[in-house]
Amino acid sequence: MNHGSDDSTGFRLNRRTFVGATAVVGGVAAVGPLLSCSTPAEDAETSIAVTINGQKHTVAVDNRTSLLDMLRERLHLTGTKKGCNQGACGACTVLLNGRRVNSCLTLAVMHQGAEITTIEGLASGDALHPLQQAFIDQDAFQCGYCTSGQIVSGVGCIAEKHTGSAAEIREWMSGNICRCGAYTNIVTAIEQSAQAT
Amino acid sequence: MFPFRFTKAADERAALAAGSDGGRYIAGGTTLIDLMRETVERPSVVVDITGLPYTNIDIDATGVRVGALVRMTDLAAHPQVSAQYPLISQALRLSASPQLRNMATIGGNIMQRPRCLYFRDVSAGCNRRNPGSGCPAIDGDNRAHAILGASQRCVATHPSDLAVALVALDALVHLRSGQGERKVPIAAFFRQPGDTPDQEHDLRPGELIVAVEVPAGAYTRRSGYLKVRDRQSYEFALASAAVALDIGNGVINAARVAAGGVATVPWRLPAVEQALTGKTPSPQLWAAAAAHAADGATPLSDNAFKVELVKRTVARQLATIAEGAV
Repeated sequence: MNHGSDDSTGFRLNRRTFVGATAVVGGVAAVGPLLSCSTPAEDAETSIAVTINGQKHTVAVDNRTSLLDMLRERLHLTGTKKGCNQGACGACTVLLNGRRVNSCLTLAVMHQGAEITTIEGLASGDALHPLQQAFIDQDAFQCGYCTSGQIVSGVGCIAEKHTGSAAEIREWMSGNICRCGAYTNIVTAIEQSAQAT
Repeated sequence: MFPFRFTKAADERAALAAGSDGGRYIAGGTTLIDLMRETVERPSVVVDITGLPYTNIDIDATGVRVGALVRMTDLAAHPQVSAQYPLISQALRLSASPQLRNMATIGGNIMQRPRCLYFRDVSAGCNRRNPGSGCPAIDGDNRAHAILGASQRCVATHPSDLAVALVALDALVHLRSGQGERKVPIAAFFRQPGDTPDQEHDLRPGELIVAVEVPAGAYTRRSGYLKVRDRQSYEFALASAAVALDIGNGVINAARVAAGGVATVPWRLPAVEQALTGKTPSPQLWAAAAAHAADGATPLSDNAFKVELVKRTVARQLATIAEGAV
């Protein structure tokens, strides 16, 4: 596993650099006409302190930064995924003060002092969280893009005790879309983890 | 997204001052941030009101008062609300997703803006977003649009399920401004588009929703919500029915009925209620009363199916709610 990680990191950086550059071009085009408006630069940025996976961070963010973009682009916690960026897919699910939310639909500046758990914070060292292990045991993914959102949402679903039946799990996991259609095994994985809890 | 100044209101006075200065209130953010990203909404100042104390659910013999900042999840899960006002719990649980319900507030829920694709697409005309720019939905993709309460200017449906329940139950919206507090019946809070679709509600500049109050009634315990949609969960309604019945000694003493997904505002159905009141419950009665659910409907090119759909949705929910009392 360790041998492969260097290569995959290199690939990720390249791809992310490309995506970042594209975003900057779009940003300039959008911001251009606004330079005539009187929005002082210092007012457009806010410093926030948050605890993420037990670790304290202080970050100065543009007011427009979503919680998702802060995690991925500023703190490099890229396990949380950006799918639709409009609250329709659940790939960006994190636990915010213990409750599952869509991190794309909230502003980082609104979460001064918050406690956030991301997919990176579920395992204890090398020991996977029981739901992470259940996803492997049940083969609950194909491409994997939605998986971190599914697992974090599943942790929330189990904590909320909405795991009484497969139908109940399906209803309470409806905020997480899987385009590969791995739903059957996702439900089984959540059942496995809920029974072990 | 356009740049904006951000402030978190320390108290109500600070919030009202920032709001009357043109600041846009934000709480759950699930509608506003989405629309800011699409540049449909372009506030220059955003005021975070989540620190204000509108978070209580107070329930007694006169009714239930829900603070505007209560999250959808918490109102849906409230045991007394579930027992005494099941219509409210059900409408909430059939809305959005668990993640969104953990974020979205009751005040924000009734302030949701239309899901019309043209409204959300800044390259398209839209009288609601940009008055005078036309309504491409009238001759365009209008399968999900309104058959009731529409105008030549706008045919977008109101997206909230909770609001349909609240209209059926004669809720009051508590509003506060620098001038004091006022209560508006929720049916009067929502405005049909008419010639000014950009004016969606009776909310004055800077005014805050502080609570929603639902008066008690003999009909609230026997109530519920049915939502019909393209997929079974996490989708907006094509048609929905909020029904509350008071049945005693084999007679319907009172009926409260409203429909969602079919109108530009949450749509109360007084003709259906009238056809039920004083009658003996029966399968024939449900069909006869629900036949009025689309009275006055004007279907568009792709949504004529909603005329029959809303009648059947209301009829089925009447039967479900009356079950056990027939």
